[in-house]
Amino acid sequence: MATAAVTTEKKNYLNAEYGIRSWLLTTDHKRIALLYLLSITLFFFIGGFFALLIRLELLTPAGDLLTADMYNKAFTMHGQIMVFFFLIPSIPAVLGNFLIPMMIGAKDLAFPRINLLSWYIYVAAGVLYIYCLATGGVDTGWTFYTPYSSMFSNTHVVEAGLAIFIVGFSSILTGLNFVVTVHRMRAPGLTWSRLPLFVWSHYATSIIMLLGTPVIAITLVLVVLERTLNLGIFDPARGGDPVLFQHLFWFYSHPAVYIMILPSMAVMSEIIPCFSRKRVFGYTFVAMSSIAIAAIGFIVWAHHMFVAGISLYSALVFSFLSFLVAVPSAIKVFNWTATMYKGSVSFSTPMLYAMGFIGLFTIGGLTGLFLATLGVDVHVHDTYFVIAHFHYVMVGGAVMGYLGGMHFWWPKISGRMYPEGWGRLAAVVVFIGFNLTFFPQFIVGYLGMPRRYWQYPPEYQVYNVLSTAGASILAVGYLLPMVYLLWSLRYGKIAPDNPWQATGLEWRTASPPPTFNFEETPEVTWEAYEYDKMPLPEEVTLER
Amino acid sequence: MSDRAGIGETPLAVEHEERPELRHHFADVEQQRNAATLGMWWFLGTEIMFFGGMFCAYLVYRRWYFPEFAASSRSLDLIVGTLNTAVLICSSLTVAMSVRAAQLGRRTLQVKLLLATIFFGLVFLGVKAYEWNNKYKEHHIPTFSFSANDLIKENQKLFGLDQLQNDPAKLQERKAEIQRRSQIFFSLYFALTGMHAIHMVIGVGLFGVITWMAYKGRFTPEYHTPLEIAGLYWHFVDIVWIYLFPLLYLIDRRPGA
Amino acid sequence: MFDNLPLWPTAASSHARYEDWLFIFLTVVSVVMTVLIFAVIAVFAMKYRRRHGREATQIEGSLLLEIGWSIAPLGIMMLMFAGGAVLYFIMRSPPRDSAQVYVVAKQWMWKLQHMEGPREINQLHVPVDRDVELIMTSQDVIHSFYVPAFRVKQDVLPGRYTTLWFRATKPGTYHLFCAQFCGTMHSGMIGEVTVMESKDYQAWMTSAAPSGSLAQTGMTLFQQLGCNTCHLNDVQGRGPVLKGVYGNPVQLGDGRTVTADENYIRESILVPAAKVVSGFRPIMPSWQGQVNEEQLNELIAYIKSLNPPPTGEAVTAGAPGGTTPPPSAK
Repeated sequence: MATAAVTTEKKNYLNAEYGIRSWLLTTDHKRIALLYLLSITLFFFIGGFFALLIRLELLTPAGDLLTADMYNKAFTMHGQIMVFFFLIPSIPAVLGNFLIPMMIGAKDLAFPRINLLSWYIYVAAGVLYIYCLATGGVDTGWTFYTPYSSMFSNTHVVEAGLAIFIVGFSSILTGLNFVVTVHRMRAPGLTWSRLPLFVWSHYATSIIMLLGTPVIAITLVLVVLERTLNLGIFDPARGGDPVLFQHLFWFYSHPAVYIMILPSMAVMSEIIPCFSRKRVFGYTFVAMSSIAIAAIGFIVWAHHMFVAGISLYSALVFSFLSFLVAVPSAIKVFNWTATMYKGSVSFSTPMLYAMGFIGLFTIGGLTGLFLATLGVDVHVHDTYFVIAHFHYVMVGGAVMGYLGGMHFWWPKISGRMYPEGWGRLAAVVVFIGFNLTFFPQFIVGYLGMPRRYWQYPPEYQVYNVLSTAGASILAVGYLLPMVYLLWSLRYGKIAPDNPWQATGLEWRTASPPPTFNFEETPEVTWEAYEYDKMPLPEEVTLER
Repeated sequence: MSDRAGIGETPLAVEHEERPELRHHFADVEQQRNAATLGMWWFLGTEIMFFGGMFCAYLVYRRWYFPEFAASSRSLDLIVGTLNTAVLICSSLTVAMSVRAAQLGRRTLQVKLLLATIFFGLVFLGVKAYEWNNKYKEHHIPTFSFSANDLIKENQKLFGLDQLQNDPAKLQERKAEIQRRSQIFFSLYFALTGMHAIHMVIGVGLFGVITWMAYKGRFTPEYHTPLEIAGLYWHFVDIVWIYLFPLLYLIDRRPGA
Repeated sequence: MFDNLPLWPTAASSHARYEDWLFIFLTVVSVVMTVLIFAVIAVFAMKYRRRHGREATQIEGSLLLEIGWSIAPLGIMMLMFAGGAVLYFIMRSPPRDSAQVYVVAKQWMWKLQHMEGPREINQLHVPVDRDVELIMTSQDVIHSFYVPAFRVKQDVLPGRYTTLWFRATKPGTYHLFCAQFCGTMHSGMIGEVTVMESKDYQAWMTSAAPSGSLAQTGMTLFQQLGCNTCHLNDVQGRGPVLKGVYGNPVQLGDGRTVTADENYIRESILVPAAKVVSGFRPIMPSWQGQVNEEQLNELIAYIKSLNPPPTGEAVTAGAPGGTTPPPSAK
């Protein structure tokens, strides 16, 4: 087993410069990706801590661990942190930042300094949010519904709202960078139809980031103004309309869920062909489905409002459109599955995460259809059924994709291999723990247990206990990679340039890459995923 | 397009040496300019969505509370508003002319036109401050002793108040409703013009930097990208005002009404 | 913990049975799709696992398959949409002769008032096999009235009325939950809906309604506030006759026609100038600030009671409509 001491260490982006200044003032997209990795991991832990509080409290029907107010703050901040400070940045800001320039043969993103600025904006927002947390937190639910948030809550709504407003700009600038980079900085010969699907998906994600995020920005500004200046825009007693808030909020927050899932789908489109040794089945359809998801995703928002007081007419239209948006996602799942047909499949850690993703995303997506079905949504809206649905897609989907991607590109990022045995074990533990945590929630939601309930009727207890038990297993599954990935930085096998024999320009450069990515700008004369021209990788063994 | 064989003694490396403004990750100046311009257009797209949310709120409430919106709109100073619009349009003209001056390599003219732009921008902001001060004096700023009494006095017919003279209780109630609904108009007025003014301030600051760069001779006929994209931003802020002006000032203007 | 482990919620309304079948349809489709995908992946993973000497076969794609697996799911989804839409339409169309109950939600309790008079807090008694419509508003933030056993839910908004209707089909006691986060004791804003046989319900009604029906209280208030001085019983006064107004179209002075529902009546009491009836001058004073929500409900109930009953149906106890001419008060 190779040790860390190498006599002649090649210059790469990690050892190009040393010192904290070289990191905090870097414009290298790869270093910025690592800065993001640190920050979002920190917030993942904080959000996870609140999840722990929630699940512990829900072990018993009575509210006996936390006060009601503490519990309300716990689920609010769990949601806000996980959505805005973890999921939305995760894959784009870490893997997207790191890989997109390399995947298109460029030396960096179009606007490296704006990239660094976007990280600082994230950090500033994070500091403000932690300040909000430390001084008492916020309890409006991640959705900030008025008039509770604008007039009745006694918590730090303004600080939380402003923090999320600020972090939105981090998102906008990341999206801006990606769109311009993909348009203007592809290597010669790299036409749109030769782009890796990872890039297509991130392009679609970036469009949503750019066009959607400003709307929640202005919505939160209005709530902040209403709270601080007593304006009354959402107060019925003063002529305002609280449902208007919901329209403005969901106009962004629905497309936001596609910001969270499309990057995971991007990762799937890279892992599955590699470990099937085959080009993706139906490349054009998978590429176009990303764009379709982004476009249709903007016109379905009111399916969160079927019982909010909207007209029957609107409800019918939004229900119909919500079914349409399921089609491109289904197309992707079918195409990925078909990619495995007549392939040469190996069960490496990234592939295990990918197969887990397909299973869990399928369940999550199908349960979305229940919510789009008007008559059924009336019963399950605002119950644990919804919570189970979105955790299946966001955790079973997005987070599995994130973990799979981190494992797949870990050799490229760190120059080390992670221990394969532990990797596979963690993937399986996550899969099992996840299902145990969230499947009971479908049942207890259909039985009628509402969400955001600090205390609940005793007949729901069994399901809650199962769920908490599952959560403890899931937690182990998340902690394992933290440990062995860190371990691998020092003790992992030195990674070759292309350990998986994957296609993609990022694998044609060293692991870890040099600061400027390529010694020579590549000129692309081949299609994406030409696995017939690639040799098989060395068997990845289970020894340490 | 220059040959992209790699770094070294190739024409690419030469271009990087000769053109210090060319950043290392771009192959040539044209690519850099295209990227910057595309970036600014997309950013303006996000700004449209940002203002869009407020425009949406405005449209909803205007439809519901038309009389109050009409009366509040008429209380805004049309002459001053028109003057401000003209000032902003002039400033866009000077920006466009300064880009032309850069294309012609005329440094002094550039700087003069840029200073004129900043001047117009500051005039706009000053006039805005004057208008807001008037609103303050007229008690039209929401929550700061807001009162729509003057609107009520001047719009008896529009509000249907002339027919309520007999009944003080009913009159009182209608007046309270007018107060509430007018306050919604002014909340949106200040939110919209305030957000616009913040963008103007940023624009003026931005142009301060651009003027300095022009003064230092950083712009040439081949390279004046920062000026171009700053100009795009300025034109956008101008266009937002051109939408705001009729929506806020011109709701129900007619001679003699 | 394991006593009465529920696996399926009780179905106790006419909506519930329809909804459960729809849910089962969705579940069957989902299970089939999930098992299909899981099975295909498992089969492919096994059959095409990496083996020496066997290479992957590169396949571009298949237009036929793409179209097929887009259209087929779309077709099934349209069935789901149709099923859900029909049920939703039914849920949003309360039958005309529903027994009505007014609901006022506030942090953190439910206040209910039956037309016949009884008031309840966090409790609702209803007769079995009878259409019941809830007319709801909130005094503060958004709440949501949710009865899982009936499969009904509707957000309750401040400043507006929203409605929900059901027909209970099984006597028993069922949970009532608030389903929209509303603050500290959101999870404590719960109660019970008790469905009773007709006989038992009548018995409960008479014991719980000492002060007369909602409409009777409303009539008293109508006179106390002087409404009867302009809204005369049969002859047109300074204001329109209110008999037969509720639920019917009203022609306004500005040419519009609106339906005189609860929202219209409420608005006419609080903001009379908003929708003045054609042919009348806007001289009605406003009672904004002078009547609370419960009193508004009483007045609305009284005005509703003025409608002549549909032929063949006996006038129910507690509907005073048009029996005694009101004393004239000047």
